[in-house]
Amino acid sequence: MLDRLQELHDEAMKKVAESEDLNDLKEVRIAYLGKKGPITEVMKGMGKLSAEERPKVGQKANEVRESVKSYIEEKEKAFEEAAMLEKLKKESIDVTLPGRPVPKGSRHPLTSVVETIEDVFIGMGFNVAEGPEVETDYYNFESLNLPKHHPARDMQDTFFITSDLLLRTQTSPVQTRTMEKHEGQGPVKIVCPGKVYRRDEDDATHSHQFMQIEGLVVDEGIRMSDLKGIFATFVKQYFGEERDIRLRPSFFPFTEPSAELDISCAMCGGKGCRTCKQTGWIEVLGAGMVHPNVLKMGGFDPDKYSGFAFGMGVERFAMLKYGIDDIRHFYTNDKRFLTQFTRV
Amino acid sequence: MLVSYKWLKEYVNLDDLTPAEVAEKLTRSGVEVDAVHSLSDGITNLVVGKVMKCEKHPQADKLNLCQVDVGESDPVQIVCGASNVGEGQFVAVARVGARLPGGMKIKRAKLRGEVSEGMICSLQELGFEGKVVPKKYSEGIFNFPQEMTAGEDAMAPLGLDDTVLELDLTPNRSDCLSMIGVAYEVAAILGREVNVPEPAIVASKEKASDYISVKVEASGDNPYYGANVIRGLQISESPLWLQTALMAAGVRPVNNVVDVTNYVLLEYGQPLHAFDLDRFGSEEVVVRRAADGEKIVTLDDIERTLSGDHLVITNGNDPVALAGVMGGATSEVETESVNILLEAAYFSPASVRKASRDLGLRSDSSVRFEKGVDPNSVAEAGARAASLIQQLSGGEILEGPVEFDELNKNEKEVRISLNKINSVLGTHMTAEEVSQIFDQLQFGIDEKDGEFSVTVPTRRQDISIEADLVEEAARLYGYDNIPVTLPNTPSTPGGLTAEQLKKRKARRFLEGAGMLEAVNYSLTTADKEAYFKEESKSRVKVALPMSEERSALRTTLIPHLLDDLSYNKNRNIYNVHLYEMGTVFHTEEETVTVQPDEKTFLAGALMGLWQEHSWQGEKKPADFFVLKGIVEGLLKELNITGEIRFVQSEKKGLHPGRTASLYIDGTEAGVLGQLHPAAAKEWSLPETYVFELDLSILMSFPAEAVRYEAIPRYPGMDRDIALVVDEDIKAEELEKVIVAHGGSLLSTVSVFDLYQGENLEAGKKSLAFSLRYQNREKTLTEEEITEVHTKVLQALEEKLGAKLRA
Repeated sequence: MLDRLQELHDEAMKKVAESEDLNDLKEVRIAYLGKKGPITEVMKGMGKLSAEERPKVGQKANEVRESVKSYIEEKEKAFEEAAMLEKLKKESIDVTLPGRPVPKGSRHPLTSVVETIEDVFIGMGFNVAEGPEVETDYYNFESLNLPKHHPARDMQDTFFITSDLLLRTQTSPVQTRTMEKHEGQGPVKIVCPGKVYRRDEDDATHSHQFMQIEGLVVDEGIRMSDLKGIFATFVKQYFGEERDIRLRPSFFPFTEPSAELDISCAMCGGKGCRTCKQTGWIEVLGAGMVHPNVLKMGGFDPDKYSGFAFGMGVERFAMLKYGIDDIRHFYTNDKRFLTQFTRV
Repeated sequence: MLVSYKWLKEYVNLDDLTPAEVAEKLTRSGVEVDAVHSLSDGITNLVVGKVMKCEKHPQADKLNLCQVDVGESDPVQIVCGASNVGEGQFVAVARVGARLPGGMKIKRAKLRGEVSEGMICSLQELGFEGKVVPKKYSEGIFNFPQEMTAGEDAMAPLGLDDTVLELDLTPNRSDCLSMIGVAYEVAAILGREVNVPEPAIVASKEKASDYISVKVEASGDNPYYGANVIRGLQISESPLWLQTALMAAGVRPVNNVVDVTNYVLLEYGQPLHAFDLDRFGSEEVVVRRAADGEKIVTLDDIERTLSGDHLVITNGNDPVALAGVMGGATSEVETESVNILLEAAYFSPASVRKASRDLGLRSDSSVRFEKGVDPNSVAEAGARAASLIQQLSGGEILEGPVEFDELNKNEKEVRISLNKINSVLGTHMTAEEVSQIFDQLQFGIDEKDGEFSVTVPTRRQDISIEADLVEEAARLYGYDNIPVTLPNTPSTPGGLTAEQLKKRKARRFLEGAGMLEAVNYSLTTADKEAYFKEESKSRVKVALPMSEERSALRTTLIPHLLDDLSYNKNRNIYNVHLYEMGTVFHTEEETVTVQPDEKTFLAGALMGLWQEHSWQGEKKPADFFVLKGIVEGLLKELNITGEIRFVQSEKKGLHPGRTASLYIDGTEAGVLGQLHPAAAKEWSLPETYVFELDLSILMSFPAEAVRYEAIPRYPGMDRDIALVVDEDIKAEELEKVIVAHGGSLLSTVSVFDLYQGENLEAGKKSLAFSLRYQNREKTLTEEEITEVHTKVLQALEEKLGAKLRA
């Protein structure tokens, strides 16, 4: 019987070895290990055996079963793995094909500049104030120390709507409006972004509509040295730690002393190049100590309060920051322009 | 203002400095120098030549063969094409090897067979602008108006050894519209002396008043009028020094009288005018306001119609000059003039400004009067000019001048304390430092214990209050020397308002949704908006627009976004999704008298494909529901409380069947829909979708506070139903019935299918809804759901005739 079992074993192992797929294995399993299989048959005849032989045959039968079974399992596993490999191979794709785009819009570069500047000043304790674009002569000029027929009105050619209404030429009217709201009580710390309008022919460097950000600080004991300090902080945060600032005397009707603020040129690091016209400096904004007349008209006592104000051109900042060469790009809304700022 | 460095050096010692150094110092202390031009740049080997012989070129009619003495043993032959070249002339010769501006190099040449060894130059060829070249030389070569030495260097005599500083003056510094003013500024910055020439007048015994009288009828606008009379002069070309000084300053030389008035205008900043006394028309000067409609032909030969706002100089009858702006043609000084009346006057800034504005006429004179000339220089400038004219044209100055004088020439006194200066600037200047600064400015000072009383010369009209003195102190102290500090005031919390935050949220949402932010001009034309607005007469219009295209303020953002789409489409960019957040201007008035209502609108426009994945063959065109999805998402983002409804509506410019109005709690807050095909055609656009929302309305609804709601512990159960209804029944109506009858167990309802066509009766459609039932307290039983669900189905059938689709 032992021989018969060994024979069956060899037979089954051969079949397993010869099987080509899972089906063949299944057949082998049923044929040899099933309830009606030859091994079971052999076992049934064990009753006729002597007590000595019986355990030996039993043990042999189990050995044969285990051996065949494990060989089948091993083969099954191999077939499954091969099938999986085959399947995966078939499912292979070209990963270099482009992915499905996720919608991604973009912020207008002017908005980017405005929001970034707002955030820098908010960090220094400023609020954001806004005002109307159609202004009265009083807020746009008179309250800013520019009475009618003042020669300095020539600095800004104005779109008038009536003799008293106009498109604001600057964001400065928000200064007076904000001071009025404070009813003579400091501190005032605001930045005011917005659109302004001037009668300029549109070309690469002029636009009849552009954006400004105005700033105003009014409190007791505000000094011109504070203006320098706030700006040094702002410039380092916005343009980078390595940038220096300098003030140059200038004139604006609503500030005195007035200054132009220059920053060291980023292109040459201050050595002088084409961008900075060999000066090493780039003019970025106008500023100054609030003129006593402006404080007065805003309801603040110039003997008690002092302050500084500043105004910067948003387009200019954007042009400097992104290297844009024509101001008209901001208002053309060419997709090829706008999508360049998706990373901003 | 163009400042000749050579001329400037007549008043201030600048020997140890270069023009660039002086320019930098000026700029850093408040008078910006825009450019520094060296006139000799690019010119070499230029000498004076004497034309010894001049004949026609044998081979060419228009060329001359000149033998020119250039200071060597033999004259050189130069071929010259200018028609005004002639024997005996002293000319500027660029020798062989010379360089001229623009990179031209002079070589020995043969012209039509004749050797030419150099070039006789015109002023233009030497770098002078055509508009400053005297008319006499403008069409040909220049020749020296005086005896010269052949062979000497020609640079200095032509004033080419000079450097010109181009000042970009701020409106307050009109004192620097004169050479003397600039000299005072430079001297103040450097701490040096100023030497101003003293006019030397040798007057005759005759009295000017015997020839002319002066009467001023408008003394408010003309508080001083001085008339000098010079007789027996001879008009001729000015000497070279005068001509080159004027040319460097950008003024064209004319003759020895006009040039002097221009020279003194530049020197003192005081405009002057010379009349031909014999053609003046009377013996009296009467200054008065013009009559309405009165006419004058000005020096530029243009007839001007005046009004009562304008001040004129008359001969008692007719106007002979427009005060402070321009002289009249009838009494212009001409070559034959022998006797002149020289006017030096003070005209008020307002009157000159008004006339200059009204007549669109700006002159070197009006620019200076408008800013206010120095009251203490008027008569002095008149005397200076008279003396120069006498010197150059040989006339006789009569004893005078004849004057009308009510001019206030007092100097202002301004008080300030040292403490004020330091507290405004954040500096620690001493009283000595401040005194020193005011002294350099040649201000009078009286100081005691840090209290200054400063007397300001009248040339500095811009200084009248404390702050003006603070600025003077600051700029001469040096802005660089002001320390850098931070305000030592209590800190303030900064931040955005709720509205400002919402605006930023709206932008971020739209950008996340794939839209590009656009910014358009506010100024537009009413026509463009007529496609979308019923009424275009109530608009805010600019009084004097620069163009029709930019004549009125926008009332809607849509047409401008369409312009942008159109722009892109014309450049073969077809899939564009834009949004804009901006102000629109509404008014109820037909003619605007008060500030319009400014509203922040938010609009979007979608053209072409919304989504595209080309190699997978997937294309999703933008359609109404893409648009609506954006608007719905935006409303969620803004967390608006209140009932939101989209109601089918008809709006001008939009597709009548594909347009909805957005209502929040019954208030119309915006519109969305397909662009009307007619409008699309007008803009040459394909199917386009637009929305426009009034952000001010959206933001008027308070945001809903966010509260955590417990996550249900028991599973919900879904029931899907397909309802067959009449075509015109709206999804919203069905949903309302479902919600109304679903009771507390119904947690959500959503549409998941719309079907029309085969297998359905004509005029019917099938809408499928998914209903989720949920009990937060316990697991729902089949029976409970069925009970509610049956009620829902019954109600749908009863109210809307909806039947379950078989």
